Amino acid sequence: MTSTLTWLRVNLFSSWTNGLLTVLVLGLFWLVIPPLLDWAIFNATLNAATKAQCAADGACWAFIKQRFALFFYGRYPAAERWRVDLSAVLLVVFLVPAMMDGVRHRWVAVVALVGVYPIIAALLMAGGVFGLPWVDTEYWGGLMLNTVLSFVAIAGSLPLGIVLALGRRSRLPLVRYACIGFIELWRGVPLLTVLFMAMVMMPLFLPGGVTVDKLVRALIALTLFTAAYMAEVIRGGLQGVPRGQEEAARSLGLGYWRTQGLVVLPQAIRLVVPGIVNTVVDLYKDTTLVTIVGLFDLLGVVNQSLKDSAWLGMAKEGYAFAAALFFVICWGMSLYSRKVERRLARATAR
Amino acid sequence: MTGAEERIAGGRTGLLRLLSDERVQGWAWQLVLAIAIVAAVTFFAHNAAENLSRRGGSFGLGFLWQIAGFDIPFKLFDYGPTNLYGRALLVAFANTILISILAIAGATFLGFLLGVMRLSTNWLVRNLAFSITELIRNTPQLLQIIFWYVAVMQTLPSPRQSLKAGEAIFLNIRGVYMPAVVWADWAVPASAGLLATLVAGAALWRVRTRFAGPARATIAPIGPALAVAGAFAFFASGTIAGLDYPELQGFNFRGGLRITPELVALWLGLSIYSAVFIGEIVRGAVEGISWGQTEAARSLGLSRAQTLRLVIIPQALRIIIPPMTSQYLNIIKSSSLGAAVAYPELFQIFGGTVLNQSGRAIEVMGILMAIFLVINLATSALMNWYNRHVAIKER
Repeated sequence: MTSTLTWLRVNLFSSWTNGLLTVLVLGLFWLVIPPLLDWAIFNATLNAATKAQCAADGACWAFIKQRFALFFYGRYPAAERWRVDLSAVLLVVFLVPAMMDGVRHRWVAVVALVGVYPIIAALLMAGGVFGLPWVDTEYWGGLMLNTVLSFVAIAGSLPLGIVLALGRRSRLPLVRYACIGFIELWRGVPLLTVLFMAMVMMPLFLPGGVTVDKLVRALIALTLFTAAYMAEVIRGGLQGVPRGQEEAARSLGLGYWRTQGLVVLPQAIRLVVPGIVNTVVDLYKDTTLVTIVGLFDLLGVVNQSLKDSAWLGMAKEGYAFAAALFFVICWGMSLYSRKVERRLARATAR
Repeated sequence: MTGAEERIAGGRTGLLRLLSDERVQGWAWQLVLAIAIVAAVTFFAHNAAENLSRRGGSFGLGFLWQIAGFDIPFKLFDYGPTNLYGRALLVAFANTILISILAIAGATFLGFLLGVMRLSTNWLVRNLAFSITELIRNTPQLLQIIFWYVAVMQTLPSPRQSLKAGEAIFLNIRGVYMPAVVWADWAVPASAGLLATLVAGAALWRVRTRFAGPARATIAPIGPALAVAGAFAFFASGTIAGLDYPELQGFNFRGGLRITPELVALWLGLSIYSAVFIGEIVRGAVEGISWGQTEAARSLGLSRAQTLRLVIIPQALRIIIPPMTSQYLNIIKSSSLGAAVAYPELFQIFGGTVLNQSGRAIEVMGILMAIFLVINLATSALMNWYNRHVAIKER
């Protein structure tokens, strides 16, 4: 009891101004939280066939329930959705050993995740082989599309980013300036213009008659864009590796590639795992931009559902649900990033 | 070559030895890269030229001098459908700059507020700021902007049922209405005069320290006096002729200043999203300044406020500026998300309307990317200059 009181005095009422602040914040909570809970839980309707059956002063979660599958799979055919589910399960299977500490040959797990898994998942989800019916990418949508976009962009931008980061630190002027130009160009323009360029301009720059799938075009744009940011993150790591490491490797007779690949990069990448995860979080959030160029990711599917005349005025429910999904995924990734950061801090402190 | 070096090189023949020389390898790599770049550029340029000629199109910026034929709903200066594409570009550019400046101001204010809240000794305040930060930075910015527009601004009451603050500010589905300043005819020269007196006053105030004794005492009051006189002349001459209040007439408001819901939604989305990142930067900077600095300042007899103003903030500022620059650049780039809520900025007008009307994809996208690149480079140059200005002058 006394300890509770002490805690309260120290943390909430240490001075007059502090006490006043506490009261102000509690007042704010009193104004905001009860109506919010009323709307989201107590007055909410879970089961309804139309909007009219929903309570007027509460959330109409029936709308979300009815479109639940749409939000996750887009227009992916219902009979084939198990393939997406299986890909998701496989993603977890490949992801866990790559993220865990103390796994032997962890780099094998990372290479499998970035190199092998995408092929399996692509075959599984697109089909056309092993008797799986072909599902065109125009039917892909919802949260599945956000995940596909960010996964492929990461898998592509990691190696590209490493090459660009090494190139930016190269002694060779042409290589260095080419890499600086590439990185600064993508970092200087909004992602939206890059996506738009891929959608509108890419066909103009390809030989006549060659068409590239819309999803693939978006993937190329996202990969190039992310690679520029990834390169800067990795460059930070390269700068964090003491110069003596490189000199020692060179004096042992290792050439440029083996020095970088066996000595410098493994240390550099370990240093910037949190930065890489933050880039992944940013990318995951930014995949919603494909909505503007005509792909139907989660945000696009929600936007479209809100136009349904039977369910007008569901904006708050729709966006709250989408925000909750994004929050859970991105927050999970940031927690992991912070865990790695703390471990790094401990390791370097020693 | 000495005998020892010859032995190290091993019995390799001339060509092999040449290829294993790092300088030669370097030149080879650069040659390969140069050929690849030239080949890629030629390939794409050739394709583009062929595709354009097949469509009967041409390449050039001449279209900027053609009649645009569309209106822009929100503009800072005169524009109509009979104006040129070039003028539409200026209007859109001004709108991008406007939202960027507003969002940078909003994000900086909110960000410092959040940063200070996170440093508070009050558990409730600290954790409120922490929760807001986590919620905002883990949801997509585009979703937030669309939420503010569709779920907030578009569900506001009609003009007749406006939410209001006094009889001056009204909030409804058509936007925010507030009193507008009515300027006198001589507003432009008067403003220039006011600015000149303020600058001169400030300059005099700064140079006063270069003088000593009675000269300083004479010079010191001139600066403030000049500024006060300038401000007095500005207001007393009636440069601000009055305020124009918005009034409900029929189903809509007349008069006053209207801020469109698109602008409000985009401003909220940009400011709040960036504010949580700025808050983190501020918190990190203040926490990064060692506790010893505070203790030393306090033991020298500085008050808490003086410690903050003279010791903590000058040092924190130096840590803050580089990451803050990239946040500001992010705001400018993200202003293109205005396209999702139909705020007529560069991307919405040029990437949308102009591209569809003129079909000049390469020119339009080239102009857009060039403008964003220039804005970004200019902003980072400005912030770098400011950074050098506040950096420690080590000797």
